[in-house]
Amino acid sequence: MFDLARIGFVSLVLALAAPAAAQLQDEDASDFTEKLEIGISTDEISITSDFRGADLTIFGAIDGFDGNLLAQGKYNIIVTLEGPKENATVRKKQRVFGIWVNTSSMTFELVPESYSLSSTRDIETIAPPGEMGNMGIGVDHMRLVPLGFVGDGSNLGEFRNAFRQIRETSGVYQRDPGGVQFISSSLFKASVRLPANVPNGVHIVRAYLFRDGVFVAAKALPLRVVKTGLEQAITRAAHDQPVIYGLVAVLLAVITGWGASLLFRKE
Amino acid sequence: MTVYLPIAELSVNILIILGMGAAVGFLSGMFGVGGGFLITPLLIFYNIPPVVAVATGANQVVASSISGAITHFRRGTIDIKLGTVLLCGGLVGATLGVWLFSLLRRVGQLDLVISLLYVVLLGSVGGLMLWESIGAMRKAAKNQSTPLRRPGQHNWIHGLPLKMRFKKSKIYLSVIPVATLGFCIGILTSVMGVGGGFIMVPAMIYLLRIPTSVVVGTSLFQIVFVSAYTVIVQASTNYTVDIVLAFVLMIAGVIGAQYGVRVGQRLRGEQLRALLALLVLAVGIRLAIELIIPPKDIYSVVSAGFGF
Repeated sequence: MFDLARIGFVSLVLALAAPAAAQLQDEDASDFTEKLEIGISTDEISITSDFRGADLTIFGAIDGFDGNLLAQGKYNIIVTLEGPKENATVRKKQRVFGIWVNTSSMTFELVPESYSLSSTRDIETIAPPGEMGNMGIGVDHMRLVPLGFVGDGSNLGEFRNAFRQIRETSGVYQRDPGGVQFISSSLFKASVRLPANVPNGVHIVRAYLFRDGVFVAAKALPLRVVKTGLEQAITRAAHDQPVIYGLVAVLLAVITGWGASLLFRKE
Repeated sequence: MTVYLPIAELSVNILIILGMGAAVGFLSGMFGVGGGFLITPLLIFYNIPPVVAVATGANQVVASSISGAITHFRRGTIDIKLGTVLLCGGLVGATLGVWLFSLLRRVGQLDLVISLLYVVLLGSVGGLMLWESIGAMRKAAKNQSTPLRRPGQHNWIHGLPLKMRFKKSKIYLSVIPVATLGFCIGILTSVMGVGGGFIMVPAMIYLLRIPTSVVVGTSLFQIVFVSAYTVIVQASTNYTVDIVLAFVLMIAGVIGAQYGVRVGQRLRGEQLRALLALLVLAVGIRLAIELIIPPKDIYSVVSAGFGF
C-alpha cells in the first residue's frame, strides 16, 4: 500500500543535506539576492500496482529575502511536478456519411505525460501572463509545438485547447492554486499530486520564486518514478521479451483450454 | 473487486470480466463457435482499448478452440492436408493483417475500421443466418426435410487449376480457393480478434462443398494455429496482448462453455441457428449505433509512448 500516511520518502529538509538530489537547470538571475532551495529526501519512488495516486510534499526555503517584502506577501512560489515527455497526437472526429471518423490530427512535440502545479495563489495573479508564457509555467502556458506541417495554423488553438482540456479532465494535468504554504517566514511546503496513472521515468520537480511579479530564481530536482509489482513485471516482459511473452500467452491458452476439457470429461 | 490490466493500463472490475467470459463461453459452447466475435466487441463496450481487445480476443480464441480441435483430432474428423492449405493462407493473411493493424493504428483509423468490419460482417452473416434458419423452421413445421447441401452440384470454384486430392474429405479441389479462404480468415483474425469460424464453416460447406463431417474439425485446426500465431505476432509488433485480461476471460470462458454445450444439445439445430443469428445481429447493431451517435468528445489524445 502506498498512501499518504506512509510517504516516507518525503522529509523535511531544512539544510538541504541530501546530496542525492542532483540539481539541474538552476536559473538564478544574478542581480537578485534571493536564493531558492528545495528538497526531497529521495530521488526515486517505487510505486506498487495498487497505487491510486498520492500527494508528494516538497519543502523549500528562500534565502537572502527582504523581510519587508516577505511580510507584505510579495514573494510567490510555484512548484511543478512534470512527467516524462512524449509526442502526443490530438485527433478530431467529424461526421462523414453519417458515421464519426477521425478526420484531422495534430501532433505536439515532447509534452509532459503528467503535470501537477501548486502555487501560493492563482498563477495568473503572480506574474503577467506574458512572463508565464515565456517561462512555460502552467497548463495554459505550456509549450505546445506542433510537429510537421500544420497548414495555415488556423486550427492550432482549437487543438491546443482540446489537448489541455482532455489532459485536465483525465486528471494527469492538475493545478492547485493554494498548494504552496509558508510554514515559517521563509520556509514553505508544497504539495503536488502524482496521478494514479503516473508514467514511469524521470519526473522533474521545479520551483520558481517570484518577487512582486518578477521572476527571481528557480530550482529543479529530478525524481525517478519506478513502478514495481507483478503488473509492472508483465508490462516489462511484454515490451522487452515480446516473442516469449506471446508464446507464454498462447501456452496459457492451450493449457487452460485443454485442461478444462480434461477436467470436465472426468465428471 | 478490481484488477489492474497492465497492457490496457486501466483498472477493471474482475467480476464483470469473469461474467463476460462466462457468458460468452456459455454461448460459444451452446452454438459451437469460438466466441471471438462476441468477446472483442464486449471488451470494446467495456472501454478496453480496441487494440488490446482485438489482440487479447485472439488469445481467448486459442483457449476456446483448442479443446474442440483436440476432440476432432481424436475422432479423426480433421482433414490435415486441407487444414494445412488453409493454414498456409491463414498465416500469410494474419501477417498482412497485423501489418495493416499497425498501419491503421498509426494513422488513427484502427478503431473505426474494426467497428466497421464488425458491423458489416456481423450484419451480413447474422442476416443470412436468420433468413436461412427461419426458412428451415418453416419447412420443419411443414415436416419437410431441409438439405443443407446439395451434393453433386459444382460451381465455378471447382473449375480452377492447381487441383489437389484431399483424401479425408473425398474431394478433388483447387488449392487456390482454399488458400484464399484461409488468407481472408487470417486477416480477420488479426484485425478483428475473431477465429473466423462463423464465416469459414459456411464458406467451406456452401462454396467449397467440403463434407460437413470434416468442416468443423478442419476449421478449428486452422483457427487454433492462426490465432496462436496472431497472438505471438501482435505481442511482438504492437505489444497489445493483455495476458491478465486474457487469462481471466479464458478461465471463465472454458467453464461457461461446458455448461453451454449441455444446453445446446437440448435445442434444435434451426432454433439454435436463429438464436445465434439474433445475437450476432444485436452485437452488430450495437456497434453500428456507436458509430452513428455523436461521441462524448470529438477530440482524443494519443501519446506516442502507448498509442491508444
